[in-house]
Amino acid sequence: MLAAADQDPVPNQPRIHVITVSDLRKVYRQGNREIVALDGVSLEVPKGSIHGIVGHSGAGKSTLVRCLTLLDSPTSGSVSINGAELSAARDADLRSARRRIGMIFQHANLMDSRTTAQNVAHPLEIVNTSKDAISTKVNELLKLVGLEGFENAYPSQLSGGQRQRVGIARALASDPDVLLCDEPTSALDPKTTEEILVLIKDLTKRLQLTVLIITHEMHVVKRVCDSVSLLAAGRIVEHGPLREVAASLGSELSRTLLPLPSAEPLGTGVVLEILFSGDTASEPVLTAAARRFNLDLNVLAGSVETLAGTQFGHLRIQLPAGTDAGPVVEYLHSQGVSVRTAGKDAA
Amino acid sequence: MNLFEDLFSNPAITKALPEAIGETLLMVGISGVFTVLIGLPLGIFLYTSAPGGLRPLPVTNRIVSDIVVNITRSIPFAILMISLIPLARIITGTSIGALAATVSLTIGTVPFFARLVETALRDISSGKIDAALVMGSTRMQIVRKVLVPEALPGLVAALTTTMVTLVGYSAMAGLTGGGGLGQLAYNYGYQRFNTTVMIVTIVLIVILVQAIQWIGDAVARRVDHRSAATAGSKKSRRHEPATVVGV
Repeated sequence: MLAAADQDPVPNQPRIHVITVSDLRKVYRQGNREIVALDGVSLEVPKGSIHGIVGHSGAGKSTLVRCLTLLDSPTSGSVSINGAELSAARDADLRSARRRIGMIFQHANLMDSRTTAQNVAHPLEIVNTSKDAISTKVNELLKLVGLEGFENAYPSQLSGGQRQRVGIARALASDPDVLLCDEPTSALDPKTTEEILVLIKDLTKRLQLTVLIITHEMHVVKRVCDSVSLLAAGRIVEHGPLREVAASLGSELSRTLLPLPSAEPLGTGVVLEILFSGDTASEPVLTAAARRFNLDLNVLAGSVETLAGTQFGHLRIQLPAGTDAGPVVEYLHSQGVSVRTAGKDAA
Repeated sequence: MNLFEDLFSNPAITKALPEAIGETLLMVGISGVFTVLIGLPLGIFLYTSAPGGLRPLPVTNRIVSDIVVNITRSIPFAILMISLIPLARIITGTSIGALAATVSLTIGTVPFFARLVETALRDISSGKIDAALVMGSTRMQIVRKVLVPEALPGLVAALTTTMVTLVGYSAMAGLTGGGGLGQLAYNYGYQRFNTTVMIVTIVLIVILVQAIQWIGDAVARRVDHRSAATAGSKKSRRHEPATVVGV
């Protein structure tokens, strides 16, 4: 197969980080002004996991991708893949280091003059692989991404999703350790997005890949990522395993992972925002609280999702006017539910 | 039917014309080959050495771009042709005839073709080059496996335009003893008031230009895989500026 499935010999030993980025800075000069695109980004992605980097446009996502592959050279800081330092490499060293990274792009970036098979063969041709070896490998890869029978089609004859599959097959041709995905589904419709994400997730498992997905779509993070970083103004402002960031009530990532529609409170009762996860609260705490305090709870907004295999619920509830919120909050806390009164954290 | 009889009896047409056609084809053919051999690498250099290119060489790029390409392009071909007669004598050993004319024709069209090559290469999306770089391609591999194949429809269109220009220039070269259809039209049609010869050469030049255009378009369509087959002919004409043909 494409890569040997490494088994962790000692399960409790600290995990190997395949991607290590430390204190990456990129400063552009524009006339006399200096524009800081990346302001000290550090990042570690363990082997076999999928890490998402999200951020609004202008947050530095594109710059980060270009610096990770050294398409742009970072002003300072380092990037290493499996211990091999990329930022110090030049010419031949840089080229061989780049072969350990497979990259897929928003618009696939296939060569229009090449057929599907020729596009997938491209990374193999440049290292002078024999014709036989190329043809075996290309067939294997096309089977892997579900494109058998499209060997001789040109990119213009393929759909967006098929083009992205060719892009993925091409990225995997050099047996990379790392798959770098730059907005891989941002140009695709929801159904195709889903198919591509399933494929990426499946390949990650089968080939023991380490994946970094840069995206502005929270949906992508929810669907495939194990951990996530939020990039804002060139810095990573929040990061952690998906489960942890989702469970942290009030954080920006939690709010975007479990969004609540805005709804006007009814009357004057105290409004609480509560967040529970399958890890901490498996009991129906809300109805239990209602019964215990004999309250009529009003649910103003809610969002329930399964993230990284755990169910999360994020609700905005309103207590009846005149109710003392203190004991209710205390009770919910005791049941492992995060609570805060609308706007600020409640103890 | 004076004109019709004249077609078969006039020695300018029966004897000199076939020779002139041969000379024109020789001039256009040889200078075409050399224009591609010199102009293609020059165009690729202009593209890759530009600021932000694959291998930015700002100073060299400026010098080549401004001095060589722009200055040679701004000299009218008729003047360039005369000024290059000594050079033609050094290279070919003679200052008259079709072979001598190819020297000035090549030098006249190389900068023109190089600019068209550069324009065609600029049409390649930078994402394709990024993809090839991330694969670990060398610069040479990017030129051979990305730039040239991806720009091929545009390059074919550029060559078509250049060949048409060469036909026009080769007719001009006839005035300074280069031979070919231009000289025939000038010697017989203009100086001897022979209308038949004039008409025949005009018709032949138009046919020659049309043939080049048809072949060029057909080849461009064949190598264009950028979109559904129907888009080929429209796209292949994209790089075609207005070209003046004639003496």
